[in-house]
This record gives sequence, structure tokens and C-alpha cells, in this order.
Amino acid sequence: MTAPLLTLRDVVVEFPAVRGLKALTTAPEKRNVRALDGVSLDVASGETLAIVGESGSGKTTLARAINGLVPLAGGTVHFDGMALHEGPDWHAVRRRMAMMFQDPVGSLSPRKTVRDLILEPFAIHGIALKNRRGKALDLLADAGLGPDFLHRYPHQLSGGQARRVGVARALALTPALVLADEPTAGLDVSVQGEILNLMNRIKSGHGLTTLIITHNLNILRHIADRIAVMYLGRIVEVGPVERLLTAPAHPYTRALMAANPEPDPTARRERIVLKGETPALNARPPGCEFHPRCPVARADCAARVPQLEPSETGGRVACHYPLSRESLHA
Amino acid sequence: MSAFRHSLLGRLLADPMALFAMVIIAALVIMALLADVIAPHDPGAMNLADRFAPPSATYWMGTDNLGRDTFSRLLQGGRIALYVALTAVTISGLIGLVLGMLAGFGPRWLDNALLFFFDALRAYPTIILALALAALMPRGLSTVIIVVVITSFAEYGRVVRTQTLSLKNSEFILAERAMGASFGRIVFHHILPNVLGPFFILAAMNLPVVITIEAGMSFLGIGVPPGTPSWGATLKDGFDYIRNTPWILLSGGLPLILATLGFTFLGEALRDQLDPRLRKTR
Amino acid sequence: MSDALKVADLSVHYATREGALQALRDVSITVPEGQIVGVVGESGCGKSTLINALLQLLPENATIPAGRITLQGEDVTRANARRLRQMRGQEISVVFQDPMTALNPVLSIGRQMRDIQYRQPGRRAEKDRRSAEMLARVGIPDPVGKLAAYPHELSGGMRQRVAIAMAALMRPRVLIADEPTTALDATLEVQIIELLKDLQKEIGCAILFISHHLGVIAELCDRVVVMYAGVAVEEGPVADVFLRPGHPYTIKLIECDPGRLKEKVADLPAIPGSLPDLTDPPPGCIFQGRCDRATEICATPPPRRVQHPGHWAACHHAKPEGT
Repeated sequence: MTAPLLTLRDVVVEFPAVRGLKALTTAPEKRNVRALDGVSLDVASGETLAIVGESGSGKTTLARAINGLVPLAGGTVHFDGMALHEGPDWHAVRRRMAMMFQDPVGSLSPRKTVRDLILEPFAIHGIALKNRRGKALDLLADAGLGPDFLHRYPHQLSGGQARRVGVARALALTPALVLADEPTAGLDVSVQGEILNLMNRIKSGHGLTTLIITHNLNILRHIADRIAVMYLGRIVEVGPVERLLTAPAHPYTRALMAANPEPDPTARRERIVLKGETPALNARPPGCEFHPRCPVARADCAARVPQLEPSETGGRVACHYPLSRESLHA
Repeated sequence: MSAFRHSLLGRLLADPMALFAMVIIAALVIMALLADVIAPHDPGAMNLADRFAPPSATYWMGTDNLGRDTFSRLLQGGRIALYVALTAVTISGLIGLVLGMLAGFGPRWLDNALLFFFDALRAYPTIILALALAALMPRGLSTVIIVVVITSFAEYGRVVRTQTLSLKNSEFILAERAMGASFGRIVFHHILPNVLGPFFILAAMNLPVVITIEAGMSFLGIGVPPGTPSWGATLKDGFDYIRNTPWILLSGGLPLILATLGFTFLGEALRDQLDPRLRKTR
Repeated sequence: MSDALKVADLSVHYATREGALQALRDVSITVPEGQIVGVVGESGCGKSTLINALLQLLPENATIPAGRITLQGEDVTRANARRLRQMRGQEISVVFQDPMTALNPVLSIGRQMRDIQYRQPGRRAEKDRRSAEMLARVGIPDPVGKLAAYPHELSGGMRQRVAIAMAALMRPRVLIADEPTTALDATLEVQIIELLKDLQKEIGCAILFISHHLGVIAELCDRVVVMYAGVAVEEGPVADVFLRPGHPYTIKLIECDPGRLKEKVADLPAIPGSLPDLTDPPPGCIFQGRCDRATEICATPPPRRVQHPGHWAACHHAKPEGT
């Protein structure tokens, strides 16, 4: 197997919990909260990894940490031969690593035309174009938009159209890695399919590696090769997409998958309704952080911290008492 | 045609308030520029034989206590008002823009320090500051301009800072950073164009304020030197003779009111048209 | 069974520079006593206009050229301001998408719940007791203690529970739920759905549940109305509409949900095209521009074809019952 394109080891990101003078009177260990707490991941070249989790799980922070938008407090990140934890030349890194943000319209500079927006990567990286208009038209066409969009402004675009511009722009410099934060956020179901098809098509066309961050479980099967499930800034389970969807080993993964209401009125509803909510980052439970909400927790779950270990169902899971394939149908 | 209809000027012309404002401002600017040509008399020439002459074919708006032609002085006054307003607003706006962007973009301590500075300046009453400065400095237009700059740049600074702060954390700025855009590119290509809208609105709304400050200072006798045909000074002269010769008062007051209304309406129309949330066109 | 809420041939227009924007056209929705009726539709279908019309909180540029809204037999569109204030919160109440914007950030939960009961007799302690009871009923731990809490001290899920408790406090006959689970995580979404189900059984109100999420509607509602671009295109019992949809839009919409595809597909279904211009809607069927079944006849107003008893689709091509 070839070396992974992106490697994360024990990545930690901290945010200040208190600011200003108050920080001086607070105990050092309480000044910061850990949004990411020891995340390790390998992303192979050409694969699509989906990061799944609920709000507060740290999935958006993870993408921003990889891109250098938030600083690392610990751990190592290697991308395409560059050590991102050692203060790399971000200008060069970001040429090879494109990022798409949640809000399709809000992530486009409001006073620029579509033409300027999709040519912006070339301007930023000082790449001279012989035929600027032609290049813009090609990129637009790849994203499924006609020439009449060239002179529109972001507020004149629908969510789906703006998302297409975002895709066109992310791929303008043929990057090695695309980080897509909630690519279907704010899109209607009737439009979401078109955008995912577009991303799938371009991905296979360019052999692109993609990291997709999403809370939309319905789309996982159709876009991802592997899934990593996050809870409170840690990965609790990672594995091939079909395995995780059909035989989740972590009780949280199982609850998450089962929590997804389906548009089939005849479907049998067996679901674990989780108690309570995700705790705050400054109130992490001891031991396994999921134990207060876990339907199968035992006494020692509050005492010992589980590590990510190979699971019976073919992925890796951080749970002392992972679910087996049989228990699913019991 | 359609492109013009959707341009800023096209949209402004479609708004009756803005049209009214622009006609007034255009008239004011033409009168100020061509004051020497239009003026029937030398605004400073005294003619003691014709003191307090009522409006007539020779003196369109009558004469004042020294027999000077009121209409010619009104034209000169417009020139002074525009000069003071434009200079003061440009200087204070530029200072505010730079400091505001520094505060919005810079480290937290700098932001706090600049904010404190802005608030301290804004808390100081304009007229008291004007009186204090007038005592220290010679009477003249530059004193008026300095007073206005000191009292008003903090307001621009605050508006620009707030805008910059909220833009700094918006997704499109993050997206620019994620693409590798340099600091300068983010500031000049993406922050500045979005700050300028509210900035120009504020400037347009501030122009009439400056004109009234100049008039106020001149009225109090701490503005322009005696004899200068500023509207405020004319108003003060007219005030002394209000019972017998109201035209002097009117020739200072009327243009002041019209100019103030014109710039205020323009500012409001600009705000309505530049703010996409208030704009209803597609 | 009588109807708690009845919307009959309601149209709402907004005055814009481009002309009248027809946000709702001849929409009819009936919510029988004690039932949960879902309204499903994508952005631009007129959901928010419908809610504002029900509460008579439409913006100034809106007009109602036709139609009636009757709340327990009383025409809301003719009610005066005083009567409307009485109705809101007492007979009809709303749970909004974002509980943080629906709750007043500077007043405690207890104070806000007491304010809702201002027409009720009884002392302050009595009102607080009622509030705490309702908080307990929606599953809030330590309900008495929570009366002193402020909205920002609660988590997102708890806030939405509080908002539901407030909406249900006066035991309204009709509860409007405007995407109440959209802002919540999946595991909280199911908690809230379960809560709404239980609450509906307990206080016996009718619920008009508005959502773009087909799965949530399928799970919660008895009947569903499908809306597209300001028009109700199909209505019927949930199971019937989802299993045997009659209108091409409903069919497409259900197909588009990737959750129902159990195998990986290369091409996810989508509905090409975009919403029609509502200032100049096409004559006849509103969906014809994006419909692959559209023919010349679609330029004439489509009839409501009964699919099954109590289930109709407004489409020329929908097959009527028994064929």
C-alpha cells in the first residue's frame, strides 16, 4: 500500500475557555478546553473519508486544523510530504489542499462576480492565464453552469448554484485533497443529489482525495469509502462505510444511525433513544466519555478510557464492550 | 439601458427623495464653483449708501448692515461650507478607516486600546472642545476643520471596526484564507469593499453635520474671521437685525437648511440602496 | 369529527417592484381535532408565509386576495387585533425552528411562562406550579429550579423543550410546529419527535407540523400536505402519500431522499431546473417546467384527482382511483 496522503497523529486543538484578566486567576488546566483530543487518522490517496458527528463533536475544527485555520496544541499532521505541525509554507500547502465551507452563498465574497470568484485561486497563487475568460467558462462548465453566470454576484445565486461555484473554485488548481465541510448544508433534497453527483464525478475524474464532514447520514453510503465517527473531539469508531452502516460496533454509532428518521411509513422502528445531550467540552465525563448516555455502559466504563482498537466488525472502535454483529439482530 | 437602471446612479435617480437631494446638491456645487461668475457684486465690497437695502433688481436678496450684497455673500458661503465639509469629512474619514481596520484586524489589546481612545473622544462635547481649541488657535477655517476631525473620526473608526470584526470571522474570509490569500489581498480585495458601503453612508450623513458645526462656530464667533461670508456668520449678522431686515437671516439660514436636507436625504438614499438587505431589486 | 383549523383556498400576495409575488395560491389544509398534519415542501414552497398567515402576522406588503382561515369555526382573517392577541398563545401557538430566537434572552424561563398565563386567574405561586408541571411533562430535569434559569444557560435540546412547554402551557387547540427539529442533532431530533407525539396524546391538541424532512413527517404525522411553489399539490394519509404518491413532484421528492437507497448508487436522483418565478407563474400546473410528464394539457389548471379515499393529487396525469 502506498503511503497515505494525509496522516494525523494525536492531534490536539485547544480553545481558550476564559479570556483577559480572568485567565490569570484560573487554574492553568482550566484556561483552555480541548475541542480535539488526540485524533489520529490516515487518509489514503484517492479515498473519500467522511467524518460524522453531532454539533460539538469537533468535526469542523478538525478540518480547520488540517488547513491551518486553527492552530494545533499538539500532535503531528503530515500532508503530501509536508509537516503541517512545523509551521509550513501555508501558501504552498493551500495550493494543494482546497476547502469548501458550510454556507454555499456566505462562503463567496459578496462583492465579487462569479468570474472573479472562480479565477481567484489563480490570482492568489500568481498563475498567469492566457485566456482568463476561457478558463472561467471551462471551470463553470465542469460544475454544470452556463456562461450567463459569469457576471452574477453571490446574492443572485440559489444555494445549489452557489455550491457549484464553490466546487468549481475548489477544483480550479487541481488540488490533491479537498476538505468539504457539510457540502449539502442548506440545500434542498432535490438539489443535494445533483451536487453530490457533481462531486462524485469530479472526484473519480481527477483521482481526488476527499475529506467530507457531515451530519447527513443519508448520503454517507453514496459518497464515502470510509467513515470516522467523532464524539467530544475524539474518534470513537472508524471503518469501511458499509460495515459501519450495517454493523456499527460502538453504541454511539449505532444510536446515531438508528436516530435517522426514514421516509418509509412501514419501516419498523427499533431505535435506541439516547438519554440527554452531548456534554460541554469543559465537563468531559471521566473514563469513556460516552458512558453517561450509553445504553450498555457498565460500571468500569466510568473508570477506564477506551482506546481505538480493531473491532470484530472490521473497523476500529474505542469501546470496552463493543456491539457484536449478533447483538444487532438480537 | 437595463444595466443603467440597475446601477447605483440609476437606482438613485428612480428614488424621488434621492433625486431631490441630488438636485439640491448639484445646484449647491455649481453655485459654489461658479460663485465668482454668477455673483452680481463683490461679496466683500461695502456700500454704505445702500445699507439694509431690501431685495431689488440690483440687490437680489438685499444688502446687509455694511451695504454688502447678500446674494453674492450667500454664494461665497456655499463655497466655504463645501470646502470645510469635504475637507473635514475626508480627513476624519481616512483616519477613522485606518484606525478602525487596525482595531478590527489587530490583536485584542490594540483593539481595546483604540476602542478606549474612540470612546474618550466621542464622550467629549463638540462645542466645549471647539471653544477650548479656539482659545488656543487663531480663528480660521483650519481651526474649524481640526475641531471637526478630532470630534468625528472616532465615529468612523467605530463603524469600520465593527464591520471589520464581523467580516473577519465570516465564512468567505475564512474561505479566502483557506485558499492561501495574503493578508493584503484579504484586506484590500475582500474587507475594504465591504466596509466602504456603510462608510460612505456615514460620510454622506456627516457632511451636513460638519456644515452646521462650521455655522455654529461662526455664529458663536469662534469660527471664521470677521467679514468672511460664511453662512453661520451671515446668520449671526442677520440675527442682530432680524426685526427690520429678515432677508439677511434668510440668506444664511435658507441655504443652510437646504444643504443639510440635501446631504441627509442623499445619505439615507445611499443607505437604502447600498445595503442589500434594504434593497428590493433582483 | 370537527376541524380544529381549516384553511380554505387561501392566497397570499406580496407587493414587490416586479409586481405581485404570489406566495400562496388556493391552498386548502384541514387539521382535524386531535390529529397531526404535516406540511412538507422545499425552500420557496410558502411554508413561512402559511405560518404568518395563520397567525395573522404577515408583513405590511402582503395581501390576502382570497380565502379563509378558520380556527375552531372562527374566521381568523376577519378577527380584530384584540381578538387575535387573545387567540395567539391561548388557542393557537407556535414552536419555532430556533428556540434561541423564540425565547426572550433577558427574562428567566419562569417569568416568561408566567407572562403567558397573564389572563389566567391565580397567584404567582399557582402559575409557577403550573409552569413547573409543564416543564416536567416535557422532560426537563429539576423543573422548579429551571424556572429561575435563563435561556442561554440551557443546552439546545433543553431550550427546544422549554419552547414546546411554553407553546403547550395554555393547552391550545392548535399547535404549529415550524421545523422544530431542523436545528437539532439527529439524536435530539428523535427525542423531540417522541415528545411531541406524547404531548399530543396528553393534551389532545391538533398539530400542524411543518418540515422539509420527509422522514420526520413520515414518523410523526397522520396526514400530509405536499407543497410546491405556493401550491398544495397533494394531500392524504401519510402512509398512502409516501407509498403511493400521485403527483410527479411528490414522487420525485421521495425518490430524491438518499436515505431510502440501501445500495450505493453512482447517480443520485435530483429534480433538475429551478422554482418558477412567482411574480409571473406559468398558467396551469405550477410544476410543469420541471416535470417529465408535462404535456400541453398541463397549461390548464390541473384537477384534484382522488387517488384513494381522502388522498388527492393535483395533476392531469395522476391516475384516479381504481385504474
